Amino acid sequence: MAIRGVLRLGEIAIRVLDLDSARKHYVEHMGLMEVMSDESERKIYCKAWDEHDHHSVVLREADEAGLDYFAFKVFNDEVLADLEAKVIDFGLTVSRIEAGVYPKSGRRIEFSLPSGHLMQLYAEKEQVGNTLGTRNPGVTPDEGVIRGLCINRLDHCLLGGPNIDESARLFREVFDFDLSERIEDEESRDSLALFLTCSTKPHDIAFVIQPEPGRFHHVAFLLESPTDVIHAADMIGKHRIPVDVGPNRHGVTRGNTIYFFDPSGNRNEVFAGGYVHYPDTPTLTWDTSQMGSAQFSQDNLPRESFLTVVT
Amino acid sequence: MSYRIHIEKLEIDFICQANQTVLECLISSGKRGIQVGCRGGGCGVCRVEVVDGDYSVRPMSKAHIDDQAAAKRQVLACCINAKSDLSLKVLGKISKSIQRKYQ
Repeated sequence: MAIRGVLRLGEIAIRVLDLDSARKHYVEHMGLMEVMSDESERKIYCKAWDEHDHHSVVLREADEAGLDYFAFKVFNDEVLADLEAKVIDFGLTVSRIEAGVYPKSGRRIEFSLPSGHLMQLYAEKEQVGNTLGTRNPGVTPDEGVIRGLCINRLDHCLLGGPNIDESARLFREVFDFDLSERIEDEESRDSLALFLTCSTKPHDIAFVIQPEPGRFHHVAFLLESPTDVIHAADMIGKHRIPVDVGPNRHGVTRGNTIYFFDPSGNRNEVFAGGYVHYPDTPTLTWDTSQMGSAQFSQDNLPRESFLTVVT
Repeated sequence: MSYRIHIEKLEIDFICQANQTVLECLISSGKRGIQVGCRGGGCGVCRVEVVDGDYSVRPMSKAHIDDQAAAKRQVLACCINAKSDLSLKVLGKISKSIQRKYQ
């Protein structure tokens, strides 16, 4: 299966309590590029340097932290039309959003997941490039393009809520994702966390069980290497950014990681590595007897905050 | 400027600098008593009630502290700075297990 259906997590919209401190965190400290702002709606739009699309992160000032919506980009408008019918067949209510309602963006469809999260799909977004051009592009951008935590791109998100098996069924049956990994209760075999991929990455989205619907666990940004994760750790320490879990490796996905929080308490992750997934790769299962090594494989210690702290 | 912070029931006292949040100062003191979460006013696990004393507050998620709670001087410890000595009552989840240990 070449990737010609759902492509990737293309946009995530996060609520922040104060836009100025959010800008300092995401742009100044993390190194995302601010590409547009809307002062009347108290929003800023950002991208990572190596993304070609206009923006991938939207920050909106609000009186609660958490997730507004997330959006996956699909290959073209035919795919979008096909998926619209299939989402309706699955049993969800779909609303249509005209092109241009979301800036620099083609038409979208929107629906609520069984886990309580607002999801959108779109096929078109204006491309602005990664500064290198597309003919004889070279490999190294100008000084100052790659900065802060040296983030290459938006990678994945982890969402918390009830009915995660149903949300995962939508991704598998309608969006053609594979279940790459699963954490289950060792006695009841109930799903505690589900990891899904539409690419050769170990995950493009994941769900974790939470009593309240629509919770936001984290958004993750891709770094080039584990060395960059250690560099990011130094920068996070320098800027006194609150850390949830310092540099470690996940058992699930095998990725190198740091978890930290934005100034409104939304969890961020920088992530590098992980294995290559193909559609014939078997699902890996972990259970609660190995929660430590499933979560963090360098010290094999589970973190309570991992399951209790969400926005 | 520094103030003394007292946590009721747990009978924990620590010193707090005016330019740091109450939760930051608790963490720096090495003592435990309030659950540490996002430290940004978003997750709500460090909820306390200020029984006595003056404080300033920065934005907190209304999902955890609505206007009614704020009127009762309920706050997130990660979002307040002391302006006098404070006496706190823990409202977040961890209080029960810690209280059991201390009783």
